Amino acid sequence: MLTVFLQFLFSGLTIGAVYALVGIGFNIIYNSTSIINLAQGEFVVIGGLLMWFFSESLKLPFFVAVLCTLISSGLVGLLIERLTIKPLKNPDLLLMIMITISVSIVLRGVLMFLFGKEPYVYPPFTEGEPINIYGAIIQQQTLWVISITLFCIILLFLFFKRTITGKAMLACAVNPTAAKLAGVNVSKMVMLSFILSAIVGAIGGMTITPISLMEYDKGPMLSVKGFCAAIMGGLGSNRGAVIGGFIIGILESMTAGYVHSGLKDAVALVILLLILFFKPSGIFITKSMSQLRKF
Amino acid sequence: MKKAGAVFVLIVLGLASVFLFLQNAEAKEPYKIGAVFAVTGPASFLGEPEKNTALMLQEQINKAGGINGHPLEIIIEDTKSDETQAVLSAKKLLENDKVLAIIGPSTTGESMALVPIMNNAKTPLISCAAGAPITMPVKERYWIFKTPQYDTSAVEAIYGYMKKQGISKVGIITISTGFGDAGRKALHDMAPKYGITITADEKYGPKDSDMTTQLTKIKASGAQAVINWSVGPGQVIVTKNWSALKMGIPLYQSHGWGSKKNIELAGKAAEGVIAPLGRLVVWDKLPDKHPQKALLKKYTQDYEAKYKGEPGTFGGHAYDSIMMIVEALKKVGPDKKKIRDYIETKIKKWPGTGGIFNMSPEDHCGLDKTAFEMVVVKNGDWEILK
Repeated sequence: MLTVFLQFLFSGLTIGAVYALVGIGFNIIYNSTSIINLAQGEFVVIGGLLMWFFSESLKLPFFVAVLCTLISSGLVGLLIERLTIKPLKNPDLLLMIMITISVSIVLRGVLMFLFGKEPYVYPPFTEGEPINIYGAIIQQQTLWVISITLFCIILLFLFFKRTITGKAMLACAVNPTAAKLAGVNVSKMVMLSFILSAIVGAIGGMTITPISLMEYDKGPMLSVKGFCAAIMGGLGSNRGAVIGGFIIGILESMTAGYVHSGLKDAVALVILLLILFFKPSGIFITKSMSQLRKF
Repeated sequence: MKKAGAVFVLIVLGLASVFLFLQNAEAKEPYKIGAVFAVTGPASFLGEPEKNTALMLQEQINKAGGINGHPLEIIIEDTKSDETQAVLSAKKLLENDKVLAIIGPSTTGESMALVPIMNNAKTPLISCAAGAPITMPVKERYWIFKTPQYDTSAVEAIYGYMKKQGISKVGIITISTGFGDAGRKALHDMAPKYGITITADEKYGPKDSDMTTQLTKIKASGAQAVINWSVGPGQVIVTKNWSALKMGIPLYQSHGWGSKKNIELAGKAAEGVIAPLGRLVVWDKLPDKHPQKALLKKYTQDYEAKYKGEPGTFGGHAYDSIMMIVEALKKVGPDKKKIRDYIETKIKKWPGTGGIFNMSPEDHCGLDKTAFEMVVVKNGDWEILK
């Protein structure tokens, strides 16, 4: 019984780690622009596919491939911001969100032309047997996903709390005009946030591809689930997104295991709705914090 | 001088027009057939090889002099994997292009949407989708045929093999799409006939990333084998999870497993996976005298040379549909009713890519479980099981 329970739990952690990483990506852009970037799932796909391209197609060494993937994903983020968000004369929030939707559609089209429709995969970071705990197994790659997720959160926490640039980015979201008056280059901060979130998305893509495979149209599903994770934990809170992601993952897995696998998506969404009914700002956001938000 | 030049030009033009006229009189009117494929959208993995196959066959047939001297013109419409679009495309083909027959659509849903239209237009349709309701009940499907094998035939091939292996309890795991649901229904329907009990019935979504939970449940249910029914990345993830869990029971896949790409993606995990596959993917392992071998070899090699990829089972369905109509046109000419009758009564022991077809007024598909070989993955390659 314990074995089965642990197996469900590990499966949930695997799924949840993916959602958590996407959720964090949402937060970075939200925290500095108040935009919900619905192309976040595509950033993940770009990370996975580029990593395949650099490591399997060009046969670059692992760390070089990682570096190339991060740089090129960052460039994609930069281009998107400079080409679609920057030229706006009246940056209206709703308009910007619509733009991110169209960006996601364009990206998916480009990816389809470059990589075709079939899925891609490369070997996990460390080869070897899955780890056995009381008869339940957990894949080594899952441990990589979880630890890299945690590492990202810590780095982001330090960046936003301890560096001037990080604080300036936060200020831009709260009040762009005031930030500008205080000498913050708002446009630069917005650009930086897109680069950063593209990189975080790419990290997610690179780490999950050995587990879940990657194909050009995986983005929308990742966006939806990652968005749920971010909402559940409270939009803007990275700790919340991670915990939200793991909660949804584990709930899905437990529902599949103990109720029925056909119901797993439904149950996770119902729980999400309940949280939104009773604590609309999310688990980790206080009332005063939520009053500062635009939506 | 000027005048002489003008006269010269006139003469040349006159000669040219006479020449062109003669040319025109010599080339006979083209035979037009329509094709509706899901070239884009979620079912594009079906529509793309089908479209490629249609273009390739059109080129080959016309190069060889067409059908009794008439060039073949295949007008391809993209349904965007959408039923409404499929209906619009078919209407366009029937009313504007006046086609003699239609090939496709790629999915069961789209095919069902075309059934009433084709019956009203009294034009033959050869669908490239597998669903049994496309051609059944056959009384109401007078003008409708299909070339893919029935899902139930694939299930029967698996269950028949399991019976020989002494397996009677299976756990099934299916993808929550049309393909998976149809397979799930067939698995349930055929189980009693082969004395098989389904101990667990699990599902997953088309973009899910881990199926360990479902497989753990199947193992706990006391199943002697797992059957996964899906197309796309799901079947690779299930294979990887099955291998990681070391479940100790064999994994069977549906006929959607038949692509080398899947073995490549799953790597070592794919070793030992068993599936009922059409002979298209294992043509090089067939004995030379097998009636399908020559045509499978030619089709696969031509396709690979032209498109740098494997045609897969789906391209084969379009091949069979087109070749049936081409043969009918050759024998009976451009008459819709005669084409239909020819396909229904004269396609007998007819080797195609999907199997050896035996059409009849009772069966508008003409394939049964013998269209499949049970194939196991061994050392990264297919091996036909006896």
